[in-house]
Amino acid sequence: MEELKAFHGGRANLRLCFNSNQNEDSIFKALDQDLGKSPVESYRDEVGVLKKSVTYTLSCLEKWVAPKKAEVPLLFFPAKAEVMPQPLGVVLIFSSWNFPFTLALDPLIGAISAGNTVLLKPSDLAPACMSFLVETIPKYLDNKAIKVVAGGADIGERLLQLKWDKIFFTGSPRVGRLVMAAAAKHLTPVTLELGGKCPAIVDTLSTTPSKAKVTAKRIVGGKWGPCNGQACIAIDYLLVEEKLASALIELLKKTIKRFYGENIKSLKSISRIVNEHQFQRLVNLLKDPNVADSIVYGGSVDEEKLVIEPTILLDPPLDSEIMSEEIFGPLLPIITLKNIEESINFINSKSNPLVIYAFTEDETFKKRILSETSSGTVTFNDSMVQFLCDSLPFGGVGQSGFGRYHGKYSFDTFSHEKSILHRGFYPEIEPRYPPWTDFKLLFIKLAYEFDYFGLILLLLGFKRS
Amino acid sequence: MASEVEKKAVFDIDSAKEVVQELRASFVAGKTKDYEWRRTQLKAMLKMMDENEPQIVAALRDDLSKPELESSIYEIAMLKNSCKLALKKMKHWMMPEKAKTSLATFPSSAEIVSEPLGVVLVISAWNYPFLLSLDPVIGAIAAGNAIVLKPSEISPATASLLAKLVANYMDSSCIKVVEGAVPETTALLEQKWDKIMYTGNGRIARIVMAAAAKHLTPVVLELGGKCPVIVDSGINLQVATRRIIAGKWGCNNGQACISPDYIITTKDYAVELVDSFKCELELFYGKNPLESKDLSRVVNSNHFARLLKLLDEDKVSSKIVYGGERDKSNLKIAPTVLLDVPQDSLIMNEEIFGPLLPIITIDKVEDSFDLITSGTKPLAAYMFTNNKKLKEKFVEKVSAGGLVINDTTVHLAEPTLPFGGVGDSGMGAYHGKFSFDTFSHKKAVLYRSFAGDAPLRYPPYTNGKLRLLKALLGGSILGIIRALMGWSKA
Repeated sequence: MEELKAFHGGRANLRLCFNSNQNEDSIFKALDQDLGKSPVESYRDEVGVLKKSVTYTLSCLEKWVAPKKAEVPLLFFPAKAEVMPQPLGVVLIFSSWNFPFTLALDPLIGAISAGNTVLLKPSDLAPACMSFLVETIPKYLDNKAIKVVAGGADIGERLLQLKWDKIFFTGSPRVGRLVMAAAAKHLTPVTLELGGKCPAIVDTLSTTPSKAKVTAKRIVGGKWGPCNGQACIAIDYLLVEEKLASALIELLKKTIKRFYGENIKSLKSISRIVNEHQFQRLVNLLKDPNVADSIVYGGSVDEEKLVIEPTILLDPPLDSEIMSEEIFGPLLPIITLKNIEESINFINSKSNPLVIYAFTEDETFKKRILSETSSGTVTFNDSMVQFLCDSLPFGGVGQSGFGRYHGKYSFDTFSHEKSILHRGFYPEIEPRYPPWTDFKLLFIKLAYEFDYFGLILLLLGFKRS
Repeated sequence: MASEVEKKAVFDIDSAKEVVQELRASFVAGKTKDYEWRRTQLKAMLKMMDENEPQIVAALRDDLSKPELESSIYEIAMLKNSCKLALKKMKHWMMPEKAKTSLATFPSSAEIVSEPLGVVLVISAWNYPFLLSLDPVIGAIAAGNAIVLKPSEISPATASLLAKLVANYMDSSCIKVVEGAVPETTALLEQKWDKIMYTGNGRIARIVMAAAAKHLTPVVLELGGKCPVIVDSGINLQVATRRIIAGKWGCNNGQACISPDYIITTKDYAVELVDSFKCELELFYGKNPLESKDLSRVVNSNHFARLLKLLDEDKVSSKIVYGGERDKSNLKIAPTVLLDVPQDSLIMNEEIFGPLLPIITIDKVEDSFDLITSGTKPLAAYMFTNNKKLKEKFVEKVSAGGLVINDTTVHLAEPTLPFGGVGDSGMGAYHGKFSFDTFSHKKAVLYRSFAGDAPLRYPPYTNGKLRLLKALLGGSILGIIRALMGWSKA
């Protein structure tokens, strides 16, 4: 039973009680209903993440809220300068359906810790989770300050007509544009957490067998682990050298079978596709005969159960939809290259992704990847875990979004950093005031250069204007 | 000989596209990322200012009748300082920042790397046309971007000079100035930028942000608002008055985003305050302020007419207690102080941006906070008081871009303070390192090793794994041991 106490320090009296044991089962049930998520995945990606986030926030909050001193040059003496975070006001959070708890409550934690009042609009494409949030949040949180609204796109549109002090949006670039355009009418700042095609560069297959195995596990875990590929940070496609492709495919096949079962009938420990619309979208990606021909594993679908088995494709045509749109599902294209260094140009030919994953031990290559590509995050030799680092900003760049959160960044994203300068009445610097003379001009020039010695000379009459 | 190739007289969408393409090619080629390139550009900018100070002062005089001191100090000297600071600190700013990692990702190391955003657009304003154009450009260069600068057409002499100087001194394959008005700005806004920084008013800001939304381009908007000054009693009135005058009429004659817009003081203190203004204003600007060389003029006839409209409104014109004189042919309005204008007058409902200073009176000083918070959030708010409790309340209650206690506008010169607005006064901030940050993407980097691959991450999922995961994410070593021993409940 975990009870997290109200934050002290004059901020709003909010009591955030994450009574996880009682509600944990309901949460697991809702996630299973909406997405077929298993309890372990649900804990790992949703409940556990949130608990960690709240605990971390509460332990740091007093420090974050405190004003930060800023240096003041001698010229201003006596003076004190500081930057003080303040809440923005009334904020709107739109969350997504694939991690319906994490993507709703993690921003909420940031907004509350920064002292705002909040309206949360969860996604109606995960209806059981949305209902849970609508019913349960008022039981624990001050519902004069924090509200949850159920509904679909029409409710979202109406909310966007109103004036907010901040809008936090997680979702697709298409809707991101609409949100920002609506925000522009009121000059509302926004954070957009979008997506993109997150590539994984695979350069560790020819190291040791055990590293190759771990690479395969982390790739499989990073593709089908998070909501069956329906995640903004899931691995979208792989880049590997031609000569290593078949070894990679064999390793992946073995790993998939061990993790998820031999075939579509015995599939387990994996989420399903969220709804019919997404199912059809994914099935359509495979309709192109050139794409279908490139399937080397999987490809079976079960429309009734909204299941598509883990599918690997080898070198589908680069201009096919599967290689130009964010996949957001259990299909994994592998693109082969003559030389792994070409992966940099390949990645740069597409828009900036949220994450670039690179499995490599070549330090020079790592440096090149860092300096020659642009993405929200880069993770070396693993997948997904960067999400757990509270000290790393989580957000995109370019088409994958702007703004960031997690840890203190969540607090900052919902705060205004107000600068404050305290001055005394003495001493008074006469040259500040008109009527202007050459002396005053020279004085101020020296002052602006912090040329204290020059100033003394001027005052003593040793400098001429 | 008839010219075979006609020079393109119009800067249209195609021209804008070409410019962006050229800059993007330069960026992709890595020109602007190079540390030496950034240093060279900043040094060139310093040289540009050193060698052209008289021309810059002359252009500002043309556009705004700006007194030489204001030009030298608020435009040139401030810019030079900004440049020198960037040159001194840039290497340090460019270094990756280490980030802590937790037990959950052990073993790993993490850092945050600053990278340039790419090709950025800076749209500046007419009131400090030099400073507000080049100060953001300094940040953009330091952060490694390619840049288009669009100066304001309302200060045309400075805009032309900027175009000429930047082309002569800086690398024009990476930094360009585009002159023009609405059509040229619209053409530029159609393009895809990696960041847009706009300084100006709320109406245009909405247009800029809406255009940016089409390309998911992040924006910084430096806008304005009605910056209030609360004046308490029991202070050094002469110093306070002088500092308000310096911030109001000493800053481009009130045409500055952080100029004191209006004053709030108690009914009891108002008379003394007005007398103090009368005295100091005469000392500074003489008996005929319309002839003083130490005041900028009103920028153009549009703004002149706008200000007269505010001043000549019936319920307002009777409240003038000092000044009110105007000279239409020279676009001058004398420093004017008004007392107790009605709350619903025009002058109290839009940003004045000129040499008119209304004083509003209230019963108790504390009432001023509610008055301020009932309006939109301004870019700056000022308070003159020696009362510690009042200072604390002011800082706590008033939300604005920045606050100054016992002075006005000087926080602008403090590069360790972020300069920007909130709510209607804008979003984002710059100056000093904040400029570098605003034109950078802070990329998170996590380095993991192959050691320590916990099977509990992977399916098949079991209750045992669930127990362990809970303990691991909970972060307590004891909890992990218990889970491993099977002593904790799932």
